[in-house]
Amino acid sequence: MTEPRPASAPWPEPEPGPGPPRPGTPLLEAIDLYKRYGHVRALDGASFEVFPAEVVALIGDNGAGKSTLVKILSGAMKPDGGEILVEGRPVQLSSPLDARRYGIETVYQDLALAPDLDAAANLHLGREIYLIPFLRVLNRAEMRRRAIIAFADLGVELPDVSVPVGTLSGGQRQSVAVARAVAYASKVIFMDEPTAALGVVQRGRVLDNIRRVRDQGISVVLISHNMPEVLAVADRVEVLRLGRRVARYSAAETSVEQLVGAMTGALDIADPGELA
Amino acid sequence: MSGRGVVRRLITEGATWTFLVLIIEMAYFTAASPGKFLTLTDLSLISQGAAPFLVMAIGQTFVIITAGIDLSVGFVLVLSGVVAGEFYLSHGAAGAGAGIIWVGAVIGLAVGAGWGLLQGVLVAWAKIPPLIATLAGLGGAEGISYLITGGSDVRVVPNKLVSSIGTGGIFGIQWLIVISFAATLIFGLVLTYTRFGRYTFAIGSNPEAASRAGIRVDRHLLKVYALSGLMAGLAGILDLAYFGTTTISGHPLDNLTVITAVVLGGASLFGGRGSMVGTLIGVYIPAMLATGLIIVGVNQYWQYVLTGAVLAAAVYLDQFRRRLRERF
Repeated sequence: MTEPRPASAPWPEPEPGPGPPRPGTPLLEAIDLYKRYGHVRALDGASFEVFPAEVVALIGDNGAGKSTLVKILSGAMKPDGGEILVEGRPVQLSSPLDARRYGIETVYQDLALAPDLDAAANLHLGREIYLIPFLRVLNRAEMRRRAIIAFADLGVELPDVSVPVGTLSGGQRQSVAVARAVAYASKVIFMDEPTAALGVVQRGRVLDNIRRVRDQGISVVLISHNMPEVLAVADRVEVLRLGRRVARYSAAETSVEQLVGAMTGALDIADPGELA
Repeated sequence: MSGRGVVRRLITEGATWTFLVLIIEMAYFTAASPGKFLTLTDLSLISQGAAPFLVMAIGQTFVIITAGIDLSVGFVLVLSGVVAGEFYLSHGAAGAGAGIIWVGAVIGLAVGAGWGLLQGVLVAWAKIPPLIATLAGLGGAEGISYLITGGSDVRVVPNKLVSSIGTGGIFGIQWLIVISFAATLIFGLVLTYTRFGRYTFAIGSNPEAASRAGIRVDRHLLKVYALSGLMAGLAGILDLAYFGTTTISGHPLDNLTVITAVVLGGASLFGGRGSMVGTLIGVYIPAMLATGLIIVGVNQYWQYVLTGAVLAAAVYLDQFRRRLRERF
């Protein structure tokens, strides 16, 4: 990127970066995470913060370590080293169920829905409500009722919560996955490339969903390749490169060029050649 | 749900079409030979003959909904019958009392469930494809049946077993029919209204999603294959009671009959779809066809040709429905 550098900061610096002011203790914080696959250092001292009720975008080039970081923070993978704090307290996330216990949910890129089950069943999958607990008899009416409320809370319009989700449109399916995460997340939702497979109108819907979630007081971590989208919906942006966080921006004060520069290293002061 | 939704769902539901086929079939035979077809005796005979198949189809329904298949059923039926038969033979034979009969039946059920569990281990833990795992189980069950009996059937079973479960009844309904329908009802409710059923659908629909939702997919598959084995064991006891002898070489194609019935009933071999009502209908289509053809004087072997045609149509419809859905 040949964008002329602005005369004044914010420079994307290795930490501690200037970044936007920190409103108190982070909700979720990763400090100095390391993860190796053989000789490849996927994470090389990566840090990451999520503050209450914000949308923070996690961006980086392919291989920057985004997926690894998300997997570790959602409990799907263990780091080789480093620390994870939830509301300032160190925690171990050894399974997705652990992460859920701390109020952290993940909306996977492939949505992880069962297409033959209806929206209500998907919403409660693994967390069924029982009519007769002893016999594991499901309370289908109650689950349907709660599903309708969950979708309404999110402002999602589903024609019918009792048709198989496989028959819904891509955007509607996305909404089901988001609603499921929102229904159980009390703190943070990770969304991995939530708009990658969607058309323009549906993208807009998903971004609306993200804002609504934040307005309910839950923080959203958005992993995306789409910079305009990131700037449109995020409050803050953290940039990952070569397994480290290299920059933090307030979305209002940055630009696509700056983000791309930080992602690719063109704007990285840690690179001596660039500094001269 | 809107009226259009209901219509749309009925059209896309495999069991609806199959039910239509059954209705047409019954209407045709009744019209073709008024007063002869569908007499109570007919229905009773058809249902008794269908009882072991219906029972095996119950387990197969669960297996197929998980996107699996169980080829071993007819052979597990034989194995369970043989083990129970040998037990009876060495415990009073024809004169055995009710206590012995119960113990033998429980042993037969346990053999079936155990064999199913073993196949479940191959599928869920060893990650062997169900087709191969149950093909291996099929061979094993058949081999052991021959080893135990030396190749000749156990022809002596307790008289009381035959006169009660085999030919007897309650309120004028044969025990075979009562037992097979009760099992269908119970496991139909399990499939539709319990967590066990819901996880069965979830795993067949998207195992990855089920696993991420915290469902222990491996353990559930173990249970499903064990259930299929248990049902084959029950069919083995019913078979033993009905015929009064083991039938070692009499069930080579039971697995295909049962799978056909389940698929006719609207279950998808790709998993995630199926119903017990559909399976019930699927069992009765070929069974009624066989009787109906005999009554109208057509060579009964047309049954296989017609069943094959309906089966192909059912699977085509399932794939068509999937394509329709993916267009969205």
